Amino acid sequence: MSPTVTTSSEANGNVSAATARAAASAASAAEASGPQSVTMAKALNTALADAMHADPSVLVFGEDVGQLGGVFRITDGLTRTFGEQRCFDTPLAESGIVGMAVGMAMNGMRPVVEMQFDAFAYPAFQQIVSHVAKMHNRTKGALKLPMVIRVPYAGGIGGVEHHCDSSESYYAHTAGLKVFTPATVADSYRMLREAIDSDDPVMFMEPKKLYWSKDMVDLEDLRSAHSANRKVGTSSEGRAAVARSGTDATLIAYGPSVPTALAAAAAAAEEGRSLEVIDVRSIVPFDDETVCASVRKTGRAVVIAEAHGFASVSSEIVARVQERCFHHLAAPIRRVTGFDVPYPAPKLEHYYLPGVDRILDAVDNLQWED
Amino acid sequence: MTISADHTAPGSAPGSAPDQAQPRPAENAVTEAVRKFGITVEDYMLPARHQIQMVDPEGRLLAEGEQGTEPGHEYPLPGDEELLAAYEQLVVGRRVNDQNSALVRQGRMAVYPSSHGQEACQVAAALCLAEGDWLFPTYRDAVAVMTRGVDPVQTMTIFRGDWHSGYDPAKHKVGIQCTPLTTQLLHAVGVAHAAKLRGEDTVVMAMCGDGATSEGDFHEALNFAAVFHLPVIFFVQNNKYAISVPLAHQSVAPSLAHKAVGYGMAGERVDGNDVVALLAVLDRAVALARGGSGPLLVEANTYRMQAHTNADDATRYRQDSEVAEWLAKDPVARMRTYLTGRGLLDDDGDSRIAAHAEAVATQLREGLGEDVPVDPQELFRHVFSEPTPQLKEQAAMLADELARDASSGEASK
Ligand SMILES: Cc1ncc(C[n+]2csc(CCOP(=O)(O)OP(=O)(O)O)c2C)c(N)n1
Ligand SMILES: [Mg+2]
Repeated sequence: MSPTVTTSSEANGNVSAATARAAASAASAAEASGPQSVTMAKALNTALADAMHADPSVLVFGEDVGQLGGVFRITDGLTRTFGEQRCFDTPLAESGIVGMAVGMAMNGMRPVVEMQFDAFAYPAFQQIVSHVAKMHNRTKGALKLPMVIRVPYAGGIGGVEHHCDSSESYYAHTAGLKVFTPATVADSYRMLREAIDSDDPVMFMEPKKLYWSKDMVDLEDLRSAHSANRKVGTSSEGRAAVARSGTDATLIAYGPSVPTALAAAAAAAEEGRSLEVIDVRSIVPFDDETVCASVRKTGRAVVIAEAHGFASVSSEIVARVQERCFHHLAAPIRRVTGFDVPYPAPKLEHYYLPGVDRILDAVDNLQWED
Repeated sequence: MTISADHTAPGSAPGSAPDQAQPRPAENAVTEAVRKFGITVEDYMLPARHQIQMVDPEGRLLAEGEQGTEPGHEYPLPGDEELLAAYEQLVVGRRVNDQNSALVRQGRMAVYPSSHGQEACQVAAALCLAEGDWLFPTYRDAVAVMTRGVDPVQTMTIFRGDWHSGYDPAKHKVGIQCTPLTTQLLHAVGVAHAAKLRGEDTVVMAMCGDGATSEGDFHEALNFAAVFHLPVIFFVQNNKYAISVPLAHQSVAPSLAHKAVGYGMAGERVDGNDVVALLAVLDRAVALARGGSGPLLVEANTYRMQAHTNADDATRYRQDSEVAEWLAKDPVARMRTYLTGRGLLDDDGDSRIAAHAEAVATQLREGLGEDVPVDPQELFRHVFSEPTPQLKEQAAMLADELARDASSGEASK
């Protein structure tokens, strides 16, 4: 991050000592070469800064994203570095944030807006469904809306009500929206950069319980890989990833459920069962190929999601896999999802969330005897 | 301060905390009015005590003292050329409205929300804008869209039913005629904001109806425009009804223009059937907005002469006598009397204008009279920049279905 951010800060010639320190500390992680321990929050922050540096039309705005750097600090330092015309706080109104972003995208900008929490994006629903998703289609492609709506989503953080919704199905159900959800630190960088590059609007669902998860990643490598991919026009957009290889059954998960699925696979391995874990990553477009290749290989599948199971992304995945892989299946596909209840109070969320034991139970039920 | 390609220009002085809210740009019109007339900021923002009217329903120019103007609320009379051009568009607009309603009756269009009676608002909203400005219309603003220069048949595509928008909004700088009420006002705000960040002097005209002012996006759009000090003119056509619901059920504010002061912007109300007053008020609003005075709210007092759409029965909720009252305030007849009286319009001029209107009507009849072939594959083509694998599958499925239909049709012949 250092070359880009510090250059631009210095060129501004008006950075306070504190700002310079912040920029230096922001840059230090990447300045040391080789893999470093990086949080998802840091990777997302770096992706935003890099995108803003690469393209002056990228703007970041939302609630508390300026001075404060966002309640999760994902936009930390962006106002200092790029000025408050490029990263700024808006009045407190989500429809206003998204609606204004639509107009800006119509007029040459690439807005990246932050919804403070999943359940607080609902005031913007009309703008998202009626305009963000449809503008390209309504104008036969004449108007592109390159914009990203970042949504910290899902639970597992002991949040009070309205702070833990898994809202991805609402967006996935809406034709015209791409829906991405990273589960790893490196993916969060890669996928956010690709979302910002996309000429289509992207709902970028950030599993908030993973913000402080860490991985050894080389941000400089990610940055150069992104530039190189961009030059030749390749991207990993719309591709699922095999998060762990296995042979006996496939766990299909996304976002906050991926680490849980990986933990279940590790536990199963100890019992001698080899589970493959697919990280869906891109809910829309959906990578049928990678998911189905895995299920055809293993013959068994469990879909895992935090969201309520009824009429959800998880039900869609089951339907798709069943339609495409029926003759390879040794057992009905099972699901481990949130119950069909409103997201519970903190002391009850443990019972609600898909956990390792519930996943292993589902795996046990995949008709192994025949 | 603008966003430049080298993006190295945050808006603060060396050494100052860069995150401080940037000072508001000079509120020149307000400060000037306050200084010049000794009025308060609130007096400037509140609408004048009376609506602005210049030509009365009988077509007489009112004396300056009777036009409703006040210190800080002065509006010079527009020039003759502008008035003649406006009259021509009024006549064309009236013809367009009536032609479109006829086309609906003949089954050539699914629906048409007519602006019959509101043509003065339609015409003024478009004519007050300059080349690079944007217009954000509603479903009822087809005449404004055409006046702005969009092809009449393309304007009507949305109601013809073969696609949604018939024109490219970016090319014409005209938003799609918007049905989710007031959602377009926020797009207007965004367009203005983007232009301002690039240092362009674009003005954006954002239109909505009286009932729509109850929507949340109306509030959010006005507040965003005011806080970001954007050159947006919010133009409310108060035609007294939202489908069947009269304005009294939407708001008990003294007037819709009074809402402006709550956002820290100036509001004005104007006789919406007097194109002279409308142009005077909107021209000044555009000049103020372009000059950096921030957004404005203009309420036009008008009337929807016909039902909400052809599908509506207005006799269920309003009296014929009320309609008759407004018939006497017709915007087209009034302007004709005024211009003729001033010697600006003679029979030759009148017949030339009538011929222009007829030509547009013919264009509409011909363009909407023919059945346009639709391409079912187009369903999948524009959902994303590139169809997803799933959409390609579905496109293939439909193509196959149609091919089988075609061949079984052949076979049965
Ligand atoms: C968000 C939303 N709610 C409801 C409707 C249905 N609807 C269409 S027009 C209309 C009345 C709007 O009245 P007004 O704003 O006064 O405009 P007018 O039709 O009188 O021009 C309603 C309720 C809609 N289009 N959008
Ligand atoms: Mg109305």
